[in-house]
Amino acid sequence: MLNDFINQFWPATIDGLAFGSIYALIALGYTMVYGVLRLINFAHSEVFMIGTFGAMLVPFVFGINSPLTGIALVGVVVAMILAGMLASAGTAIALERIAYRPLRKRGASRLAALISAIGASIFLQELFALLVIPEVFNRPEQGRIQMALPRLMERSELFSIFGHPVRIDQIFVILAAIGMMIALDALVNRSKIGRGIRATAQNPEAAVLMGVDINRIVRMTFLIGGGMAGVAGALYLISYENTHYFVGFLFGIKAFTAAVLGGIGNLRGALVGGITLGLVENYGAIFFGSDWKHVISFTILVLVLMFRPTGILGESLQQARA
Amino acid sequence: MRPKTARLGGVLAAGVALTLGLAACGDGGTEATPAEGGSSAAAPGTIKLGFMGDLTGANAGIVIPPRNGAKLVINEYNKTNPAVKIELVEYDSQADPSKAVALAQQAIKTDKIVGLIGPAFSGESAQVAPVLEEAKLPSVSASATNAALSANGWKYWHRVLPSDNVQGPGIGDFIATGLAAKHVFVIDDKSEYGKPLADAVKSALEAKSVKLTTDSLDPTESDFSSVVNKVAAAKPDAIFFGGYYAAGGNLLKQLRDKGVKDAKFLSGDGSLDKGLIDGAGAANAEGALVGCPCYIATPDVTDAKVKAFADSYKAAYSADPAIYAAEGYDAATVFVEAIKAGNTTAEKINEFIATVDFAGVSKQVKFEANGEVSAKDIYIYQVKDGAIGLLGKANEAKLG
Repeated sequence: MLNDFINQFWPATIDGLAFGSIYALIALGYTMVYGVLRLINFAHSEVFMIGTFGAMLVPFVFGINSPLTGIALVGVVVAMILAGMLASAGTAIALERIAYRPLRKRGASRLAALISAIGASIFLQELFALLVIPEVFNRPEQGRIQMALPRLMERSELFSIFGHPVRIDQIFVILAAIGMMIALDALVNRSKIGRGIRATAQNPEAAVLMGVDINRIVRMTFLIGGGMAGVAGALYLISYENTHYFVGFLFGIKAFTAAVLGGIGNLRGALVGGITLGLVENYGAIFFGSDWKHVISFTILVLVLMFRPTGILGESLQQARA
Repeated sequence: MRPKTARLGGVLAAGVALTLGLAACGDGGTEATPAEGGSSAAAPGTIKLGFMGDLTGANAGIVIPPRNGAKLVINEYNKTNPAVKIELVEYDSQADPSKAVALAQQAIKTDKIVGLIGPAFSGESAQVAPVLEEAKLPSVSASATNAALSANGWKYWHRVLPSDNVQGPGIGDFIATGLAAKHVFVIDDKSEYGKPLADAVKSALEAKSVKLTTDSLDPTESDFSSVVNKVAAAKPDAIFFGGYYAAGGNLLKQLRDKGVKDAKFLSGDGSLDKGLIDGAGAANAEGALVGCPCYIATPDVTDAKVKAFADSYKAAYSADPAIYAAEGYDAATVFVEAIKAGNTTAEKINEFIATVDFAGVSKQVKFEANGEVSAKDIYIYQVKDGAIGLLGKANEAKLG
């Protein structure tokens, strides 16, 4: 058993970091919206799903079906990330506009917004299964069947850690995710928009009195959170090369878990929570078998919350200082 | 957290079920109407057979070929201008057992069919068979392989292919003998189909004292790296996956990407679909082996009878016969033979089925008292140049 752990430690670490980075990017959306609105945006899982399909659109439209190199590869990958961000951010803003703002304006309870979120989530899944995937991606009657992405990036070995190969796509996912995190952290802590977001999170009434346009801030929050989910969608698609209308479900739950684990409302907490979850799942699977992955991650969540009810980092968005 | 997510899952499931249900109701009205005429009473000199299975849902890809096979026999028979013509009524169950039962009632009471080809899947079969039993209506399934089905003492139920109890040991023997593997990694997807199949393969391998390592995965996940890392650490000669092609394709890709290149990859009939190759990518899928109790006529077949079937199938549907097409053809042939022999009532046809013994396309068709077919051949297929080709019977197949 211990021998297994030693043998599989390094590959499990690399995989856990790569997968955890994707969790973390999605978790940002949950945590930001929660920080500002005290709302769990359960439709965020579909924002991620739509990001994967947005990214899929690029190779689909250009009819790319063989691995690329050099400038072409960089161009396509960047285009996929941008397309994913655009699709996800657009969805997130539309969600805010259609599913949440009307409720917020009328002072509806948070429970109503939660139901609205679940409804929007089902609506978007079925919309993709019944209409978008068959029509846009030209797959009649295959809306519920997973769609594969042709290989774009050759999976060459970059280097190895103690004899365990590390592939270029894994490093790319980890670096891209961490890069996005740093950029976002700077945005929230240094820019004017970021100050508005922090002010709204801290005290919405006072923020309005200070001249913060709260609707604009909420919109920006959804936009940024959605954009991060879009990056996650593109990175997921590039590394796992498939997607389907239901892909957001499990990711949504795991990313939400990561957000709570790290401390919901806390941006750095989302990163810590995502990576921790990714690693713990993979380490746990070595000991108990891969089918126990979910049990392990939720057990860890319960244990952490028992001793640190506010999550690992605890501190939330409103108290974060630049 | 768990209950909340479970509840969310429940809501989703209810939503999906509702959508499916509505869609299914919509279809039901038209589906039940016979293709020609529109009256539910059969024209004089015409009797009705039913075909039941998932014709429009997610798994339609493995139900349409047997439907086509069945249609082919019936059209061929009707062309000979017999005294009694056969009309095939289709029942689209969408693989939903409750819908299947309602359709079976309709088939018995309104359409008055004399025999049913299907139901296609095991779940719906378990629900529909008791209804048919009560109505004394014979059925022959072309694709339901759950082993427990034949243990119910049903007198009117039959299937034209061997069960999973035969498939697992067949594949296990092939791994131990045909591949001469010394160490096998067995993975299952914890489903009602995948786990028993993987267990059957395990016991067959244990009996041949092959070294085993095992793990399970959740097929709804996309990342199987923990399973893959275990396989990479274990360095087996062969890997068996009990599960469906969607997860199978992703697993195979992740294995090959992780450098697990030499170990043979095997799976069962749930992975016998082009989706396995699409999911894994043609290069990664190359050489993968899939076992199946079904017989798929490949273009290079030499047997005259099978070739004639493959040619007329291709002429009628402009596609090569796919999974279960030959079994669908044979299941319908059972009824055609019975009607040819002058049996036009359900009771008479069932008596005749107990005595049939003819050379079908997929195998010699002859039933045991419990409804199982006597022939127990398992076939091994291999992915070659991005397509699935027949390698041979499991007990004889050798890698080229």
